[in-house]
Amino acid sequence: MDYLNNDLESLHNSLVNGEISSQYLIANSIDKIKLYNDKINAFNLICEDAQPVDITEDVLSGIPFAMKDNISTKGVKTTSCSNTLKDYVPVYDATCYKNLKKHGAIMIGKTNLDELAMGGSGMTCNTGVVNNPWDTKRITGGSSAGSAAAVALGIVPYAIGSDTGDSIRKPAAYCGVVGYKPSYGLVSRYGLFAFASSLDHIGVFSRNVKDSAIVIDAMKGADEKDMTSIRDMDDVSLTASINGNVKGKKLFYIKEICNPDNYDNEDAKTILKDFNDTLKKVQDLGIEVCEESIDFNLLNAIKPIYDCISCAEATSNDSNLTGIIFGPRGKGASVMEMMKDHRTNGFSSLIKRRFIIGSFVLQKENQEKYFLNAKRVRKLICDKMNELFNKYDGLILPCSASCAPLQEKCTDKIIRGNAYDVIMENHLAIGNFGGYPSITIPNGFIHEMPTGINITGAFKDDANILNIAYAIENSLGYKNQIVKEVK
Amino acid sequence: MNYKLVVGLEMHCEMKSNSKVFSPASNIYNKVANANVNEICLGLPGILPNVNEECVRKAIMASLILGCEVPQYLMFDRKNYYYPDLPKGYQITQATMPIGTKGSIDIECQGKIIPISIQDIHLEEDSAALDHLDSISLIDYNRAGVPLLECVTDPCMHSAEEAVAFLDTMCRIYQYTDISDADTKKGQIRCDVNVSLQDENGNFITPKVEVKNVNSLGNVRDTILYEEKRQWELYLQGKTDELIQETRRFDEETGTTIHMRSKVDAIDYKYFVEPNIPPIKIDDEYVKSIKKQIPMLALERKMLYINKYGLDEVDANIIVKDIKNADYFEACINLGIDAKIASNWLNGLIVAYINKEEMSLDDFYLRPNLLKQIIDKLNDNTISSKQAKEIFFKSLEERKEPKEFISKENSQITDVKIIEDIIDNILANNESQIVEYQNGRTNVFDFFVGQVMKATKGKANPVITKELLHQKIDK
Repeated sequence: MDYLNNDLESLHNSLVNGEISSQYLIANSIDKIKLYNDKINAFNLICEDAQPVDITEDVLSGIPFAMKDNISTKGVKTTSCSNTLKDYVPVYDATCYKNLKKHGAIMIGKTNLDELAMGGSGMTCNTGVVNNPWDTKRITGGSSAGSAAAVALGIVPYAIGSDTGDSIRKPAAYCGVVGYKPSYGLVSRYGLFAFASSLDHIGVFSRNVKDSAIVIDAMKGADEKDMTSIRDMDDVSLTASINGNVKGKKLFYIKEICNPDNYDNEDAKTILKDFNDTLKKVQDLGIEVCEESIDFNLLNAIKPIYDCISCAEATSNDSNLTGIIFGPRGKGASVMEMMKDHRTNGFSSLIKRRFIIGSFVLQKENQEKYFLNAKRVRKLICDKMNELFNKYDGLILPCSASCAPLQEKCTDKIIRGNAYDVIMENHLAIGNFGGYPSITIPNGFIHEMPTGINITGAFKDDANILNIAYAIENSLGYKNQIVKEVK
Repeated sequence: MNYKLVVGLEMHCEMKSNSKVFSPASNIYNKVANANVNEICLGLPGILPNVNEECVRKAIMASLILGCEVPQYLMFDRKNYYYPDLPKGYQITQATMPIGTKGSIDIECQGKIIPISIQDIHLEEDSAALDHLDSISLIDYNRAGVPLLECVTDPCMHSAEEAVAFLDTMCRIYQYTDISDADTKKGQIRCDVNVSLQDENGNFITPKVEVKNVNSLGNVRDTILYEEKRQWELYLQGKTDELIQETRRFDEETGTTIHMRSKVDAIDYKYFVEPNIPPIKIDDEYVKSIKKQIPMLALERKMLYINKYGLDEVDANIIVKDIKNADYFEACINLGIDAKIASNWLNGLIVAYINKEEMSLDDFYLRPNLLKQIIDKLNDNTISSKQAKEIFFKSLEERKEPKEFISKENSQITDVKIIEDIIDNILANNESQIVEYQNGRTNVFDFFVGQVMKATKGKANPVITKELLHQKIDK
């Protein structure tokens, strides 16, 4: 029997009963990494020296997990899949990692990501492409590509990711697992290699909603090292809030996004049909589902706002990557030349493109028009969402207009397609704009590839959103699904 | 034709605090390079700033002293630029909402009180310190993240003296409030000096020149004097193409300023609000409580010393120049030492001693209570003023309390009977000298005093001795 496919509570029981040992789980997990890594490339580092811990009452004790390689782990190489951080070994632990260790969790390896978490395909890691375990010709989505794949394969029961636009929730959909990004600040960002500070979140992949709740309960907490961390939710237990009682809850979906007539391709229409079938099941649970219309201009602004703000913050956040204090030293006659050399050779052209956009929108003559306007429209969108969250418990939407695309169809080019396609592929960023709790759960298959739906709720209403997701998950039949065979 | 000098200053002052402004790393001055360093100072991936409350409190205090408006929210911005001394590639500073805006401070310059208008005062972090050697450069990150207060004046000063007086006033404010030691020797004060010239009608005849990073009051003065001369001469020579809006630096060795970059090459710092520090409400009660903590400042103390303790202006000025001296002086007063006597000791022997030893008054061994041991014995005539001086230096030299040196053996002889016996004995053996004295050779008096001192090994009280001698030999 493959225990690692089990949910956390039953794994914990097996450990407590003595059926299995922590040592066994570690070895099993490492074997699986090695078994799949040639085909999938989920990991860039295996913690071969991972040590078992005593099994306590803590559900996470003795159980291995995978860590996205952009979270600072003392003494364990952390590269963010960028050549600028080649061989970088942190000298301090991220708060979330410290918290996980406190709960007895065992880090088994570091997972690949799009360089510096900037990307949505899993194809732009300096360590190569991460392949989708359901079909290795397809992408996993990103940026938390390796973490999504590791959970889908049952290498670990859960993996840590980060989410700035949809970097957990999109790959979760493409890999058929649960991806949960909690409220902004619920998990301290201290130690997360910053992409865009006002949008960055740490979150989790798992194979069921409750496991995600357990992991975030272990990681969350006010942190004096992160001034944006939430101070008043330390006493909330997300796990304990999950009871499946959702009668009378109210969800809405956005009319403009869910109208099949707005899309040309058949996949989108199929996905929307599946979505509607799911809504019926949701209603059968006693949840009221309503249609709400949002100004097209606001929806159409999501992508450009995201690009403006995330690139602007990224260009500043990544200015520490100079190769002077850490990272490989550049060549040059002067310090400035060395810094230039380090950055010119270290970053992929995709990263440079983002930095150029970021610098452009921050320039004195452009800032008002682009960056500051983007922040204003971000606020307008949040105001609208907050207004709706006063009426509803949450927003429910499909995660994408397709399953994971084929790698050969993914391109670096910026394509201006159908506006609704762009909105559909980027609406998850709303969750980052407002710091809302947002969770993706599997919603079936098209072309034998998994798809997902997303539920997003009011800031700090994590317990409610998880409970709703839990109830819906139970009614859909994809709970704890796992890749049977890698093709 | 006459011109008017126009000077504006940006004064950076390193603040005193236990830890750095955005991290828990130590901010206690350390001579060992890279000792006060943690992951935040180095800008390692994943770090976040945490605002030091002590620094915020002190910055608000400075803002209040300068009569500035304190904003409703505490906010910070990023100033983005690349330089090897800037680990994160940006400096956290305040641009959108400085901790103080639109203030004014009175300074005293050449006997006149002049108001200096303040554009803003803001809290920010320092960069690392660079040391350029022949073939390598060294970086000391101890300074990275040290809290800085930057005070920006309007271009409202019209002489080098005014500028120096302003800086001097600010340094004293910082010292008096414990905001900073404002010690230029430790590089705690650095200024950007803006200099331009106007004609008699107030029209600018030279563009603004900014001289960066001038690191002492004397260098600020020299910078202004040099720029004034340079700009005026270029103007007179009609070399207007050389008069450009530019950034220059002061070269200490030559006493000149050197071109760094012109306005067209100005850096766009791409300021934006620091997203990692949420706006923090500054409530009125908090500001009020800080206002109450403002100690009595130099000018106020000076008036007190003159009006209440009867010091003259010269002495009072010297004492308030440094809060350490003012505190020492006040401690003396509190111990019951006469103000004038305390002032004489402090401004005389003590200042001379610490200047000679190049030490701080803080490290001066004779605290007011020890000084009082000397002064008390001098007052009750146990020791002479000459002895007092000797005991002062002996005590400092051996770091032993003055009372250790005021023993019976070396104490003054003040007993009139004993001195009288000695005098009688001397007079009996020197009758011819008495005649000489009485015939008008008054300097023979000193001979008798000398004899008494010789007989008593210098311990006879000189006043009593002279009095008795006069009684006995004056006709």
